[in-house]
Order: sequence, then structure tokens, then C-alpha cells
Amino acid sequence: MELFTNQVLAGIATGAIYACMALAVVMIYQAIDHLNFAQGEMAMFSTFIAWQLMQWGVPYWGAFLLTLAFSFAGGIAIERLLFKPLAKAPILTNVAGFIALYAIINSFAGLIWDFTIKQFPTPFGSSPFLGSQLISTHQAGMIGVTMILLVLLFFFFRFTRIGLAMRAAAAMPESARLVGINTSWMIALGWGMAAAIGSIAGMMIAPVVFLEPNMMLGVLIYGFAAAVLGGLTSPFGAVVGGFLVGIFENLAGTYIPGIGNELKLPIALALIIVVLVVKPAGLFGRPIVKRV
Amino acid sequence: MSTVQEVVTEAPAIEAVPKKAMTLGYGTSLAVLALLILVPLFVKNFIIFQLTMLLIYALAVMALNILTGGSGQFSLGQSAFYAVGAYTSAILMEHGNINYALTLPVSGIVCFGFGYLFGKPALRLSGVYLALATFALATAMPQLLKLGVFEPWTGGVQGLVVTKPDAPSFVSSIWSVFSGRAMSQDMWLYYFTLAVSIGIYVASVNLLRSRSGRAFMAIRDNEIAASAMGVDVALYKTLAFGVSAGITGVAGALGAIAVQFVAPDSYTITLAISLFLGMVVGGVGWLPGSIVGSAFIIFVPNIAEGISKGLSGAVFGILLFVVIFLVPHGARQVAVIAQQLIGKLRKS
Repeated sequence: MELFTNQVLAGIATGAIYACMALAVVMIYQAIDHLNFAQGEMAMFSTFIAWQLMQWGVPYWGAFLLTLAFSFAGGIAIERLLFKPLAKAPILTNVAGFIALYAIINSFAGLIWDFTIKQFPTPFGSSPFLGSQLISTHQAGMIGVTMILLVLLFFFFRFTRIGLAMRAAAAMPESARLVGINTSWMIALGWGMAAAIGSIAGMMIAPVVFLEPNMMLGVLIYGFAAAVLGGLTSPFGAVVGGFLVGIFENLAGTYIPGIGNELKLPIALALIIVVLVVKPAGLFGRPIVKRV
Repeated sequence: MSTVQEVVTEAPAIEAVPKKAMTLGYGTSLAVLALLILVPLFVKNFIIFQLTMLLIYALAVMALNILTGGSGQFSLGQSAFYAVGAYTSAILMEHGNINYALTLPVSGIVCFGFGYLFGKPALRLSGVYLALATFALATAMPQLLKLGVFEPWTGGVQGLVVTKPDAPSFVSSIWSVFSGRAMSQDMWLYYFTLAVSIGIYVASVNLLRSRSGRAFMAIRDNEIAASAMGVDVALYKTLAFGVSAGITGVAGALGAIAVQFVAPDSYTITLAISLFLGMVVGGVGWLPGSIVGSAFIIFVPNIAEGISKGLSGAVFGILLFVVIFLVPHGARQVAVIAQQLIGKLRKS
């Protein structure tokens, strides 16, 4: 029983990271109807920025905030420069654009910081949390940071003017334009926020998976799985999906024989395919009805 | 919130490519063929090997082109089919002692089956969802190949070493009569690959011109209209997936024979991205562009790595953006522009 509780708690902790990634993916999907295959690489790059700042002597939380600001600006810049001109292009062109972005960021990170594995510090320490053996303080910290982030986002999207405008722009772009919302900038803002959320996920997971240019590939696939499970049209679903996928991953690894770390990615693949086949809209997504 | 999409006309998966624009004329085809036959006679073995890889990747890119340019479906997971083809061939050769040439059709059939089965669930997916599922397939493939269960056959992380075939004795004896030298393994493999590639290219061109090919294109341009015309959308979509996977499998098998080695980490998402890139550069839906795309993905990384290690990804990405923004139809557009220029020069 203790093993079970332990695994569930550990699952919630990694699930928090998947939830962040899924949320970042869904935010961009809502804004432009495309999946950002470079989301993981963007987060990885941000994490390297944070690492570099700390190497230069900036304290952890200072580096954290600076990285958030950098990612936000970077996300907006990428949208303005590269993806705004592609808004009307066929899906293929957009997918190619994301793949290109993936290759560029991955390669540049390798060029600047090389491919050796680096330690990333945790601000929470890794001693047992509140004296219990079940969960470490870093895992508790991961859950805590995600929760704070989610509450902030909830209030932002529900009660602020700009948050409401962003939702309107995503749900009904044409009507939103008619009431005077600058939908184009709302999309850019969505990119910026997605990049910032991704960078939080990167900085939180880096002490666990270690910092290197390919560290986010697995996390991204799980983020996709979470987003698909929760429904690509539902930010709330993405978060729930993230936690579910995290718990599922840990329990499957513990209780199903033959599934260890080496089958991590195939599990995510199986999960994505099963959800897409059984319930393509996900748990909380709206099925899309098309008029022909 | 309405559940009906506000905008009725959605962006197409890819821009429609007219059927005639998908292939080359006879004259140009023969010229390219003559070039492919003659060039290896005058170059060193290492370059012959690179030319063999050029043909192999061209096959894989063309397979993706049939899927995307023909039926309008995406795949970022071609590396998975390539890997299955390579492993099938390597296992048959090393454990079954089967002749290398006979392993090719087996690889093709195995991959056709794999692609067809993967296409079944993927049927319900379109556009980005399909890209997502295949992306996950490509990332998961190396881990699947490393599985302990298959290790007696696949060799696990170590991979398998494949013996390079010699030219058959009658070919090498004819060859030595003409040139006075024995035919090198590389050269034999090149002509073998060339023969297979031409066979598959001709078959693919005919496929796209046939009833099935027209069905693919109808689905690509408008799925609903296609089904209204009586096209069995589900069948043809999975069929396109199967054919594409089958050709990729043959390419993978040839690749395993040429490189003489298969290992899980040769078939990562990077390979899938390269093949995708090759298709975009060569021009989506233009089959001859596959060889241009293939040349791009083989020679550009070499040049980039020469400048700085690890640079090839960045160069790939930046060039991909250049292609997207400047020549969205890839090599086909360049070819058309060149043709017009030549036409103008002749007139004046």
C-alpha cells in the first residue's frame, strides 16, 4: 500500500510538469489550431537560459523571473516573425514550420551549451517532505508551483479584461474582431504565455531529468498525451490529463511487469493512439461539428 | 459557445497539385536516368556509396510524397517504417541466411502490413492529429527496438552487422571483360539500388495515374466530395498509408544493406524530420523532386558539420523556413521558374 501511495504521489509530481506542457500546447492550439512540436525545445532553451544566469551568479528566483520574462518575449517574437505570416498557409506548411523551429532550437542549444549533461539546482532541496518518506520536497515544490500557476491562470482568464479578450479571440475570432479585440495580438500573447508556462515546466523538471538539449522530448510526448487525453480544446482538461497521465505512467511502470523506464515513450504513444481512437475529443473537449 | 465551427472553409491540408505536374516528361526522365547510370563509372567508391544513399533516401522521400502529395495525409513517423524495413531485412539475412535481394520484398510486405494497421486507427485522425500520432510513433520506435524481449533477434542496443553482398558472378565477369577490373561491392550495390528504385518509381507513377491514384487525389482535395463520388475514403486512406510504408520499408532494407549495420539509434525522430524536410524541399506532390530533396538531406549536413559540429539541425531548420517563405512549392517551383527563363531566353 505504501508503494502504491508513493507511486501515486510521485505520479502527481511528474504529472504537474506534464500538465504545464499540455497547457502550453493547448494554449497555442486554441489560438491557431496547430500543435506546437517545438514547445519542448522552447522550454529546454529557456531552462538553459536560467542555468546560464545562475552560472553568472544570479540567485535562483531572480533567474526564474528573468527566464519567464525572456520566454514570454521570445514566444511573442517567434509568433510575430515566423508564424503570423503563415496563418493562412496550408497545414503542411505550418507543420513544416514547427519542425524547422524544433531543429533550429535543438541545434543552437547544442552549439551554445554542448550536449553534455548538466546538473540543474532545485530551490526546494531534495530531503523528505514534512518528514514523510513518501515524497521529496522537490516533488512537493513541483506540485506547489504548478498549483499556484493554475490558480493564477484561472483568475487571469476568468476575471481580467485581457484574459477574457484572449478567450473570445480563440473561441470566435470574427465576432471578437467586431467588438474591437485585436485578435492578432491576442494570438501573440497566447504564444508568449505558452512559452513562459513551458519554461516553468522545463525549470521544474530539469533537476529530475538533468539538463541537456534532448531532455524535453519525452516530456513533450507526455504533454501531448495529456493534452489529447484531456481534450485539445480544453485548458482545464489538459491539466487534469497531465495529472492522470503522470499517475498512469508511474503505476504502469510499477505494476505491469516488463514496463520499465525503457518503455516510457511507447506507453505515451499507445495512450495517444487509444485516446484518439476511442474518444478523439478527449475527456473534456468539445466534439467539433463541421458544417459542409 | 457554439459547437459549429465559425468558419466553414478550413485551410486545406496541402495545396492541390495538378496530376500532370506530379511527374517529368519522357525526355527529361531519360536524361536523368542516363546521368544516374553513367556518373558512377567515373567516381570513387566512397562517392558511389553516397550516391547509393541518395537513391535510398530518394525512395523514402518519394514514399512520403505519395502519402502527403498524393492522398493529403501527414506522417512525421516515416523513420519508424524505415527502421522496420531495415530490421526485417537484417534479421532475415543474418539469422535466416536469406539472399539480400529476396529480403527486400519481405521488408516491403511487412511494412505494408505495419503501415496499413497503423493507418487504421490513424484513419479517424486528420491533419495535426495524424502528425501528432506519427510523431509519437517516431519517438517511440528506438525504445521499442531496444526492448529486451526482441534482443535475440535485434541485438538490442548493439544492433546487427550486415554483410555486404558481392556482385553476382555473371555480372562481374561481364564487367571485367569490359573494364578489366573486378566490380566493386559498392558499384554493384549502386546499380542494384538503381534498378529497384526505377522499378518502384515507375510503379508509383503508374499508381498515381491509375484509378486508385485519382481516388487518393480526390480525398486530398476534398474528402467529403470524394466520398460523395463513391470513393471508399477509409480504404484508400489506409491503402495510401500502407503503400507509403511499404516503399519506405524497401528503402530501409536497402539502407541496411548499404550501411551494413542496423542499430536503434540510427532511426530516431531526426531521420523522420530529415525525410519530411526532403519532401518539402523537393516539392510536395512532385515525385522527381524526391531526388532533389534527398540530395539536400544527404549533402547539406555534411557541409554544415564541416563548418561546426551540431550545426546541421540549425541549417536544416533555417533552410526549411527559407523554402516555406520563398519557394513554398520547393524544387518544382524552381524547375518551373527555370523553364520559363529558358523559354524567354530562346524567344529573345
